[in-house]
Amino acid sequence: MVLKLENVTKKFGEFTAVNDLSLAIPEREIFGFLGANGAGKTTTFRMILGLLDPTDGKITLDGKKVDYTTSPIIGYLPEERGLYPKLRVKDQIVYLARLRGMNKHDALKELEYWLERFKVPEYLDKKVEELSKGNQQKIQFLAAVIHKPKLLILDEPFSGLDPVNVELLKEAVLDLKEAGTTIVFSSHRMEHVEEMCEHLCIMQKGKPIVHGALKDIKRSFGKKNLVIHADFDLSYLHRFHGVTNTKRTAEGVHLQITGEEIAGEILQDIVGKGFIRKFVLEEPSLNDIFIEKAGASYE
Amino acid sequence: MNNFFIILFHTYLTKLKTKSFLVTTIVTAVLLIGLTNIPRIIEFFDKDGDAEKVAVIDTSGQLFEPLQEQIKASNGDIELVHFTDGLEEAEKQVEAEEFTGVLELTLTDDQLPAAAYKSMSMADSMVVTELQSGLQQLKTMMASAQINLTQEQLAQLYEPVPFDRAALEENAKTEEELNQARGLVYVLLFIIYFAVIMYASMIATEVATEKSSRVMEILISSVSPIKQMFAKILGVGLLSLTQMAAFLLVGYISIKQNLESMEGGFFEFFGFGNIPGATIAYGVIFFILGYFLYATLAAFLGSLVSRIEDVNQMITPMTMLVVAGFMIAMVGLSTPEAGFITITSYIPFFTPMIMFLRVGMLNLPFWEIGLSIGILVGTIIILAIFGARVYRGGVLMYGKSNSFKDIKTALQLSKKE
Repeated sequence: MVLKLENVTKKFGEFTAVNDLSLAIPEREIFGFLGANGAGKTTTFRMILGLLDPTDGKITLDGKKVDYTTSPIIGYLPEERGLYPKLRVKDQIVYLARLRGMNKHDALKELEYWLERFKVPEYLDKKVEELSKGNQQKIQFLAAVIHKPKLLILDEPFSGLDPVNVELLKEAVLDLKEAGTTIVFSSHRMEHVEEMCEHLCIMQKGKPIVHGALKDIKRSFGKKNLVIHADFDLSYLHRFHGVTNTKRTAEGVHLQITGEEIAGEILQDIVGKGFIRKFVLEEPSLNDIFIEKAGASYE
Repeated sequence: MNNFFIILFHTYLTKLKTKSFLVTTIVTAVLLIGLTNIPRIIEFFDKDGDAEKVAVIDTSGQLFEPLQEQIKASNGDIELVHFTDGLEEAEKQVEAEEFTGVLELTLTDDQLPAAAYKSMSMADSMVVTELQSGLQQLKTMMASAQINLTQEQLAQLYEPVPFDRAALEENAKTEEELNQARGLVYVLLFIIYFAVIMYASMIATEVATEKSSRVMEILISSVSPIKQMFAKILGVGLLSLTQMAAFLLVGYISIKQNLESMEGGFFEFFGFGNIPGATIAYGVIFFILGYFLYATLAAFLGSLVSRIEDVNQMITPMTMLVVAGFMIAMVGLSTPEAGFITITSYIPFFTPMIMFLRVGMLNLPFWEIGLSIGILVGTIIILAIFGARVYRGGVLMYGKSNSFKDIKTALQLSKKE
């Protein structure tokens, strides 16, 4: 399923939540949808789900308009967790799956498979309020994927999970992708995005400010990170031309520089001043890019 | 199965299985059985105690026998024993609980009876009242004998004035019918009142629970809010009918079994002797319409709050409307023809109770009933359309505010642009 957003704009009265957003997300792909709080991510998701109508532009799934007839092929994991606290896991997952067009028997079978996979088969008859937050999260994830959606929207899927469970869920997401699901993934944990998404988009005030393949974004960002560990004082480097940011660490400095050639100049400058234990030129992390791009809105 | 019915039956079945629902239903059913068995229960407890024995010391020697006859005729539970061992001995026996009390009969100077009664406490007034009225009749007889009145003259003296009432309007209910209708209408009004408040707030709470637990986000992404809202209203409606049917069944069976013991008295007073089918039918119609009116209102009010704690605050204005309708209806029970009642019976929020009251008590031309039902149905439709739009936006709104200003915001959110 190809999800396409064309010049989508959403206004609430005077306030523009999403402004002229165009995206195309291909099949078998995890698309990173990032943005600071209040950048318009949830509004965009709600429009994709058909809960809100865009003020302008259109959203299509394989050329068809998204509405309630397409709901059986869409899965949604909302940022705010939502399950019936008083209902048993079995009852509510089967209920939610039936609302997505599954029959009772298949839903139950699928549920048992997933509980087994998440190593919690004993939760079948437990009430949700009895589960820990992390385990509720697994159930929530399960509710989003049980009906084998073609388009899956994951809003902060890993929050509140321990590293073991994060791996468990990540693997599940990657498997779904392999199976052909189009996945829109939103997270504030940049290392997860970097690891899973090939394409991404960073939103700021309703507008995409960075959009494209992860590799291209990193390349076009230009700046690189330079890590130097040495026995002598490196603090004078923050005055070096081409250095845009300096962070002192216990063993040396982390520098942000405008290009590879600066690294060469710095190396020439420090050679001979003392013992250098480490000198590494790194690609910028998504975290750096996000802070630089989206952080601008806070200044 | 269609999503609409999945939600409908899910709402119905999960609510049906909750402990609070089962407990309420069972407790009410037990109360109903208790109420319909009151005569039997009283009988049961009365059988335990033997007849009340009262020692009578008759100093005149001529009062005991006629009094005993009087008491026997009016109440079989009191046994008078002619006591001759003196007052002190009698008092001792009362203390030993041989006797309920001791009655000392004397004759006054006018040759009329006088009495003094002593018992352990003053609590039992039934025996005293019986003795007193027995003596009163005895005195009347003796006094009339003294002035040589015949039985006929006596009867003439005590005969009530003939007093006939008749209504000139054709088909108007007779006084007797009106009294019967009043009892029935009263009971049905109570049922409508409680049911509307109970089930409407159940819906508001249900919507608010789904919202506050955020399961709403998933629900509305699968099923349109409007479908959800009406499925829920119908689901709880089905639940209310189930509960009402259970009560009716229990009540009916219980009454059937006790039919003999209930002739006269309490139930006759409430007009259950011969229940008019039309009143019951209108009761059901107005109950259902009233339910839909207030359920729709409750659903969209519930969609505006973010936390369950705020539900009550939000639906208070609605509850006030129901209470006001009920109060007016209570006033209307004694003056069903007042202009005030006629006017309020056309205000849709009051119609379910007040128009029902008028239908039950008066003979209304059909167009009046039809008109009020028409207005009511129209209001329900308008409210449903409006409510559905508020609901659609309301369920997406979160925040601490929960005022009526939010209605505007909710409408804005659901607006198709």
